[in-house]
Amino acid sequence: MAEPIIQLTGVNKWFGSFHVLRDVDLSVAAGERIVVCGPSGSGKSTLIRCINGLEEHQEGRIVVDGVELTDELGSVDRVRREVGMVFQQWNLFPHLTALENLTLAPTQVLKLPRAEAEERAREQLRRVHIERHADKYPGQLSGGEQQRVAIARALCMQPRIMLFDEPTSALDPEMVKEVLDAMLELAQGGMTMLVVTHEMGFARSVADRVVFMDQGRIVEQKAPREFFGNPEHERTRDFLAKVLPR
Amino acid sequence: MKRGRLSWSTRSGRALAWQAALLLLLVLCGWALASHAAGSLAERQIRTGFGFLGQRAGFDIGEGPVPYGPADSYLRAFAAGLANTLRVSLLGILLATPLGALVGLGRLSRNLLLRGLCGAWVEVLRNVPLVIQLFAWYLAITELLPEAASPLLLAPHVFLSKGGLQLPLPALAGGLSLELPEVTAFGVQGGLSLTPEFLALLAGLTTATSASIAEVVRAGVLAVPRGQAEAALALGLSRRQLVRKVLLPQALRVIVPPLTSQYLNLTKNSSLAVAIGYPDVVSIANTAINQSGQALECILLIMAVYLTVNLCTALLMNLYNRRVALVER
Repeated sequence: MAEPIIQLTGVNKWFGSFHVLRDVDLSVAAGERIVVCGPSGSGKSTLIRCINGLEEHQEGRIVVDGVELTDELGSVDRVRREVGMVFQQWNLFPHLTALENLTLAPTQVLKLPRAEAEERAREQLRRVHIERHADKYPGQLSGGEQQRVAIARALCMQPRIMLFDEPTSALDPEMVKEVLDAMLELAQGGMTMLVVTHEMGFARSVADRVVFMDQGRIVEQKAPREFFGNPEHERTRDFLAKVLPR
Repeated sequence: MKRGRLSWSTRSGRALAWQAALLLLLVLCGWALASHAAGSLAERQIRTGFGFLGQRAGFDIGEGPVPYGPADSYLRAFAAGLANTLRVSLLGILLATPLGALVGLGRLSRNLLLRGLCGAWVEVLRNVPLVIQLFAWYLAITELLPEAASPLLLAPHVFLSKGGLQLPLPALAGGLSLELPEVTAFGVQGGLSLTPEFLALLAGLTTATSASIAEVVRAGVLAVPRGQAEAALALGLSRRQLVRKVLLPQALRVIVPPLTSQYLNLTKNSSLAVAIGYPDVVSIANTAINQSGQALECILLIMAVYLTVNLCTALLMNLYNRRVALVER
């Protein structure tokens, strides 16, 4: 196997006295699609937030695309340049239009000329089928539309890795599909993706591997067919019994 | 809801009755006050009215942008005082705003020392009465600074001493030139001269208000949801870009209304000038009352002045607020 694009080794993290990540080892190859699932409070969001340095880990090593996340100046910046992130609550900038949301980072961080940044932004909006809303403010868009803008915003930085933190959990049911479709298209394009989600249908059809976490540990990681068909651990079976439709 | 007859047994009838009773009470109080005041003024043979404003004032005013001498009228004295009030208030607002914003952001810094310093700045300045702070500034300037004949040189042609601050003054004498202050045996002469009174008042108002503005700014930034900062950082923005492009624009809509109150407070607090002898409008009115005895009129004038100035400030700030508040949908 080629050099992994994300490598976590013996990662531990505490929130105060709460041990939120315990000895996490995870290796992700370029182009791999990983779904992380588990009961709430199992540390899955914290895990992916550690990968772009939104949370700091206290023990172990995290190496992303050859750069280790350390205290050293610039290491977080270099990692964030390769990693895009989509949040549960979208977190679009409400004072900027959809297009301005997309051009902010390219003009500020990459110092692209405005025209070039806008061209790139329109292309990404087209990709998630939302180009006609370019000049609207986030408050004028539905939840599903906002989340697609958020995906396009992350893609404007041309990341090699995309992190999704429960991207459909805050959406009305009829909007979940349009966001999942956008993610599916992205997956088909060969993007490396880590997705925290309860959408088991998405895990089944898109993921190369499903990672199950409980109480800060990775309990089990398998290809979806095996994960759903033949879960090894009692806790995994428990969890699946609760989330899968009967 | 079906409206009943207007009577004591209906809700709308009772509401109307209470309103009428309140109005009646107000009119009665007003009438009682006015007739009492008119009675006592007549008893002491005080002529009421604003006619005295045209009379010769006879007292001197230490400084100000409006030319004035003892031979001028009370009206002109009031104008000179108003100009002094506006001068110190406007400059105070212009200086306190960026200072307050920096201190407020400093309190949110990750740097422990900076955070502590900014916290101390706020706690000291907003917990010590302003009039005490003004005395402290005035004492510091008039006691601790060197004599006027040997001033501190702050920058080329900028002098600071017990005599105040002297700066180069741009002059339009046959093209643009600078009138430069010179050090002489009698102190610094020429240029733009700011008195110790003005400097003490300006410093006191600016620093004290900056503490309140800092808290307003801090609250505004904290009111922006955490996810906004996370999204910006995840996109690779630096802390500085995060503050300038994401946090401050959103914080402004929370900041502007209480910031307006701070501007109004600063303007009103400038009336403490009387404590250190800066000739603002209150100080002039004080002298005018002592000389002319027209206390009622002078107080009314002061109230009208502050009301007008502050309503104008509030109007401008509300216009600005509408601009920062509306963009979102």
